[in-house]
Amino acid sequence: MADSHAVTHHSALAHHFDNMEQQREAGSLGMWVFLLTEIMFFGGAFTAYIVYRNLPSAPNKPSISEAFVAASNTLNVKLGLINTIILICSSLTMALAVYYAQTGVRRKQIIFLLLTMVLGTAFLVIKGFEYADKIKHHHIPGKQFEFAEPFQHQAQIFFTIYFAMTGLHALHMIIGIGILLVITWMAWRKRFSPEWHAPVELFGLYWHFVDIVWIFLFPLLYLLGYHLHSGGGH
Amino acid sequence: MINTETLQPAEPLVPRTHYLNANYGIKSWLLTKDHKRIALLYLASVTAFFFLGGVFALLIRLELLTPKGDLVQPETYNKLFTMHGIVMIFFFLIPAIPAVLGNFLLPMMLGAKDLAFPKINLLSWYIYNVGAIFTLYAIIAGGVDTGWTFYTPLSSVYSNGNVIAVALGIFINGFSSILTGLNFIVTIHTMRAPGLTWFRLPLFVWAHYATSLIQILGTPVLAVTIVLLALERLFGVGIFSPSLGGDPILFQHLFWFYSHPAVYIMILPSMGVISEIIATFSRKKIFGYKFVAFSSLAIAVYGFLVWGHHMFVSGQSVYAGMVFSFLSYFVAIPSAVKVFNWTATLYKGSISYATPMLYAFGFIGLFIIGGMTGLFLAALGLDVHLTDTYFVVAHFHYIMVGGAVMGYMGGMHYWWPKISGRMYPEGWAKLSALIVFLGFNLTFFPQFLAGYMGMPRRYHAYADQFQVLNVLSTAGASVLGVGYLMPMIYFIWSMRYGPIASANPWPGSGLEWQTASPPPTENFIDTPTVTWEAYEFEEGQNLNVPVAAK
Repeated sequence: MADSHAVTHHSALAHHFDNMEQQREAGSLGMWVFLLTEIMFFGGAFTAYIVYRNLPSAPNKPSISEAFVAASNTLNVKLGLINTIILICSSLTMALAVYYAQTGVRRKQIIFLLLTMVLGTAFLVIKGFEYADKIKHHHIPGKQFEFAEPFQHQAQIFFTIYFAMTGLHALHMIIGIGILLVITWMAWRKRFSPEWHAPVELFGLYWHFVDIVWIFLFPLLYLLGYHLHSGGGH
Repeated sequence: MINTETLQPAEPLVPRTHYLNANYGIKSWLLTKDHKRIALLYLASVTAFFFLGGVFALLIRLELLTPKGDLVQPETYNKLFTMHGIVMIFFFLIPAIPAVLGNFLLPMMLGAKDLAFPKINLLSWYIYNVGAIFTLYAIIAGGVDTGWTFYTPLSSVYSNGNVIAVALGIFINGFSSILTGLNFIVTIHTMRAPGLTWFRLPLFVWAHYATSLIQILGTPVLAVTIVLLALERLFGVGIFSPSLGGDPILFQHLFWFYSHPAVYIMILPSMGVISEIIATFSRKKIFGYKFVAFSSLAIAVYGFLVWGHHMFVSGQSVYAGMVFSFLSYFVAIPSAVKVFNWTATLYKGSISYATPMLYAFGFIGLFIIGGMTGLFLAALGLDVHLTDTYFVVAHFHYIMVGGAVMGYMGGMHYWWPKISGRMYPEGWAKLSALIVFLGFNLTFFPQFLAGYMGMPRRYHAYADQFQVLNVLSTAGASVLGVGYLMPMIYFIWSMRYGPIASANPWPGSGLEWQTASPPPTENFIDTPTVTWEAYEFEEGQNLNVPVAAK
């Protein structure tokens, strides 16, 4: 990356770009396009969720939306809410880390990168406790799955989607924390400057995206009971 | 106006160093970040898979020579057509033109030194190969028999094949497709040479832009669908299987949401190639440039709205069927715009019948047949009769082989002088184009007839009355095979013995012809400045048809 042929070129300018402006534009557009693919990826799972939640129930079978409410009510809203707050805070610390990268305040940049990492890890730990609770109550879909009748079958669909979506989200968090480690190390080694800090900025976009996914997952998975309970729903 | 100097094909310009001899050794290839070398790596990979898929096709046609299922077991036959489909679609047709020709040409057509993300470009080739390894493992370990469509609950519960290994291979391979699309979109947006406005871009670039949009928007949906399918198969959790409370139709919706647009991933780049060839060999600006450019985008957009026409008899609601039927007719409009505009470009053009042009003519004719029969299948009522017959098989082969592969072959011939710095033998090449065209029609036209009379697809045995048509088809397949083997032989031959190609042998009008053949690693010594419109050929300029080696 760092092979500059002319004195005027920034050391981070790749050989095939004309100038830093073009390189920054390409990097940022690339990240947005990547996030677009991520939206489509999660979109498929959201589609499955919407389809099942609105599936008309078969004759003589319990309604699937009621099963979704019953299953949703077994989730720990308190922990979900705490996790939501943690993630929103981590978005703030990430935004501040980007800000201090832009202004070139290295010490604060590192502090906020580390804070983001801590908050992200806290989220995963709490999620881990939630998963452990599900294992204890046999709410893991599969042969061991148990759920109060009459919703045995339909609730399993809910939990399949729950684990698929929160699991994919958690995977994105884990990958994100791994990248954060690298970026913090780069910041430590004084690799960033106000002229070039593309990795911090682009990773910030990714981190906010992962947050936003959770902002959708939380109400759709945890708060169904509050939403559909009294009104009778669908 | 085009700079006349650069268009003179006279002096054979052989640069002392170019991208092929800049450095040597296996490492200089496997760790290259040069888009041109990565294109050649892809060329090697997709060619290998093309012939593997061809072997499966050959075995299918041999089995169908006789009405009785006498060559292979029914299960083996199921595996053969499944693996033929998977190999050809995911490992040949989807990457073929974008990853080989697109990779090689896009930066040059834009006047850029490379794609925006050279490392990601190399990464995509490695990802492709990792996916390929899983798929090959599955083939060797006993294959998979679900059809390339992986319909649930067959694939998720009942099938004994190596569904997971193949699904993982396709899942991984999808990321290489996504990364290629991402790279192209960013490159087209940010790396155009000074003066190269959007409406001065070659139509090849527009076609690849539209293709890339589909790749980045569609492929992730296939990925998540495969994740859900794998969850159900591995852990027995309910998501698609009715016995577990799931909805099998949902799988089909998600699958076709990607896999119908995937057809346009295969055909759109080919259309881009045809636009280039038609312009060059009729010495004319493409008629209605903007319409052709926007028709690519229109196909990409409409392509996402028609997936339900694969499910007319699957149990989706009849109202959904009507809407999908209507929208499927709609896609015919931008496709027809292209065909009409190519034809109008030919009108009063100085046409020459070089090999790429023969392939382009083949493309237009076959694409018309494939497209028109597509309208048969888009018609809700008629489709009930034709679903799962050989009519469907013939239709999509006319699009994918008659369309996409013809365009690929035409493009390979057209840009071969640029890629290799050598000319291929024109006489043999013309013969191969003819053989491919005849062999193709002999293979697939009888299948329209067999299908219309009711011969179902995906069976290893069939009723006696269809034998004549099937013998014709098998005979055609052998001819077609010869037609595909010939270019491979003479391309390799020409790399050593072909006449030296000039920088611009045809001559073509794009920026890629303004640099040496083969180009230097950096493509252009100085970044070109574009002051002319696309396809501006000078009045009265004679086409310099290359002379084959004597």
